[in-house]
Amino acid sequence: MKATVYVTIKENVLDPQGNAVLGSLHTMGFDEVGKVRIGKYLELELSTTDRAQAEERIKAMCEKLLANTVIEDYRFELEG
Amino acid sequence: MKFAVIVFPGSNCDIDMLKAVEDTVGQPVDYVWHTATDLSAYDAILVPGGFSYGDYLRCGAIAQFAPVMNEIRKAAAEGKFVLGVCNGFQILTEAGLLPGALIRNKSLKFRCHPVDLRVENTKTAFTNAYEHGDVIRIPIAHGEGNFYCDDETLARLRANEQIVFRYTGDNPNGSVDDIAGICNEEGNVVGMMPHPERAVSELLGSEDGAGMFRSVLNAWRERNGAASVR
Repeated sequence: MKATVYVTIKENVLDPQGNAVLGSLHTMGFDEVGKVRIGKYLELELSTTDRAQAEERIKAMCEKLLANTVIEDYRFELEG
Repeated sequence: MKFAVIVFPGSNCDIDMLKAVEDTVGQPVDYVWHTATDLSAYDAILVPGGFSYGDYLRCGAIAQFAPVMNEIRKAAAEGKFVLGVCNGFQILTEAGLLPGALIRNKSLKFRCHPVDLRVENTKTAFTNAYEHGDVIRIPIAHGEGNFYCDDETLARLRANEQIVFRYTGDNPNGSVDDIAGICNEEGNVVGMMPHPERAVSELLGSEDGAGMFRSVLNAWRERNGAASVR
């Protein structure tokens, strides 16, 4: 089974990298861009077929290590 | 009094930290590897700066699960003195020993220069040698020192007097409320982005950081003296 994890900076937390990219896009003439937020994308291969268990374990991985829930949100998808 | 300087793969301020202890208070101090499972011999635990585990994922994210961290948690709970500097501060927040998180500097730049700090709390184990409101000059060297916490946590930090240092004048990283260093509710665990171990001699540009090492020796003597009074 494959898990895809998205870690994003919480809405109320400043994202200086996103702001720099936004500024750059504007300089390049992409004026339609209103906001940029940069996050992380993780692919995990799991040696299990038990979906419920996988969900529970991925959630634990996110809470413990993959995201810092003080500043980040996470969501994930399971495939296979 | 015995000091431990914790060494992770990627720590790079460990030698400065050990020398600072020797030069300021002359007490016994050891390097302790991140795999250590017993810190019972030590009265103060110093978590130095650097790039533990390459700062992969997030600064301090992987270090928080090193075997020695359980011992640091135990020591903190027992009231032993714990100081995290720079990456050490990031590790202590990731480990949940201090609230908040350190995010990318607002400027996106690695800032490496002396800053002026106002001492906001002189009741901690590491700041009792200063006067409230003292302005001390200590260098910073970080790319991710922008302290963030939510409003509720900030209110709690203020109410409990857990803000130990604030930047005066220019805030080099965009931290909430100009915070440069905080402590836990008990005041035995302190974390800060500036490097006091790099400010222990006029030859280094400032000796304003030496007071932190003298403070913790004071705190230990006070506790020890009190314990021996029958």
